[in-house]
Amino acid sequence: MIATTVRVLRQLRHDPRTVALLVVVPALLMLLLRYVLDSKTTFSHVAPALLGIFPFLLMFLVTSIATLRERTSGTLERLMTAPLPKLALLAGYAAGFSLVALVQVGVTTAVSLALGLSVTGSVGWLVVVTVGDALLGVALGLLASAFAATEFQAIQLMPVVVLPQVLLCGLFQPRAQMATVLRWVADVMPVSYAVEALQHVAAQPDVDAAFARDVLVLAAFVAGALVAAAGTLRRRTR
Amino acid sequence: MANSVVLCAGLRVVRGGVQILSAFSARIEEGAVTGLLGPSGCGKTTLIRSIAGTQRIAGGRVEVLGRSAGDPWLRRRIGYAAQTAAVYTDLTVEENVRYFAAVTGAPRDDVDRVLDAVDLRPFRRVLTGRLSGGQRSRVSLAVALLGAPRLLLLDEPTVGLDPVLRAQLWDLFGRLTDGGLSLLVSSHVMDEAERCDQLLLMRDGALLAQDTPDALRRRTGTDDLDEAFLALIRAAERGDGDRAVA
Repeated sequence: MIATTVRVLRQLRHDPRTVALLVVVPALLMLLLRYVLDSKTTFSHVAPALLGIFPFLLMFLVTSIATLRERTSGTLERLMTAPLPKLALLAGYAAGFSLVALVQVGVTTAVSLALGLSVTGSVGWLVVVTVGDALLGVALGLLASAFAATEFQAIQLMPVVVLPQVLLCGLFQPRAQMATVLRWVADVMPVSYAVEALQHVAAQPDVDAAFARDVLVLAAFVAGALVAAAGTLRRRTR
Repeated sequence: MANSVVLCAGLRVVRGGVQILSAFSARIEEGAVTGLLGPSGCGKTTLIRSIAGTQRIAGGRVEVLGRSAGDPWLRRRIGYAAQTAAVYTDLTVEENVRYFAAVTGAPRDDVDRVLDAVDLRPFRRVLTGRLSGGQRSRVSLAVALLGAPRLLLLDEPTVGLDPVLRAQLWDLFGRLTDGGLSLLVSSHVMDEAERCDQLLLMRDGALLAQDTPDALRRRTGTDDLDEAFLALIRAAERGDGDRAVA
């Protein structure tokens, strides 16, 4: 499993442009947002939700393409003939990308704080939830790659998987105020829980049961997506 | 007669509604280089994938080293290099081989051994994506050699290689069998057939003939394997024609 993590990081090291994009883009978007809103108070209000969306989106994109390339280049088939458990492969992947996500989230959070994001709770929890959210992007990206035959299709899965979650996560409208059916849909979308947890940390000094539930739901989605992704890895194909 | 490492009996494979292999039966001898020859599209790759255990089969059976193909026990005992170089283009040659050594459980010093075997040591720090096609397929071959496989499945390993390098690789295959390894090497170049101990000639998803190069030449009364292959095809077609008439 560690071999896979090291390999993923080595691949990224040979691709500094991707690393730069991953680390810098969310921070730049936060900067943009700050001056679009032109008010520290509004920024502070909106930023926690976006902290849950940008890393998720980017990690989803990178992982789904990386895994798709693995499927189409034959390296996945080769790994499937090796004595390597599928979950070890995926865990190795997830660990590698999580380390990248940690750097990304660290930079994005630091920039957001510098721009005036006020966090009532602990910044540590903020980082934990955001990394978990980025990891969700990794896990769903691994899973989504199974449903794309080409990189062209993989890119188009992004709006399918990510945008509805952005619309329904509580950023534009609190979940409680949505029409019942929409609220049900929002309730089964993992990003909703990440955003709720981030908003909680930003606004409340202490963690409570609702926060714990949000974090657990998020963790369960990550684990579920990884297991489902393992199910899409086939040792034998048609 | 030598022991067999692979046994196919009545193997049938259907892909996308098309029958690729039909009632394919053959055996592959231990400690020999078996050449798999036939026109492109005749099912060579599908046969190799069936033996590697990555191909879902519709009927019949494939036994490898006494186990059913795809058995987890076989994963450490088969080296498989697909037709496309299944290596990471965004890693160096050495990083590729190191990674696969780790996942196949091969010892660390194996990396140098396999890089030497395919003559790629001078390129170890080069990004695989910058190599030529032939060099890239040698990286893939190096990965297949990792560990101590008992059976090597090589799908067109010499495509795109210059004659010198091709000769070197065939010398290597010969040396590997001295160590008791068995090889199945597909090719569509007849002059490579000359270097094999055994030949499987395929056509349209079925086995046309299996024998040593010498015996095939004798059987068909020619001294050229190309001719021998054509003679066998013509004989088979006449056989089909007879049946069609009857």
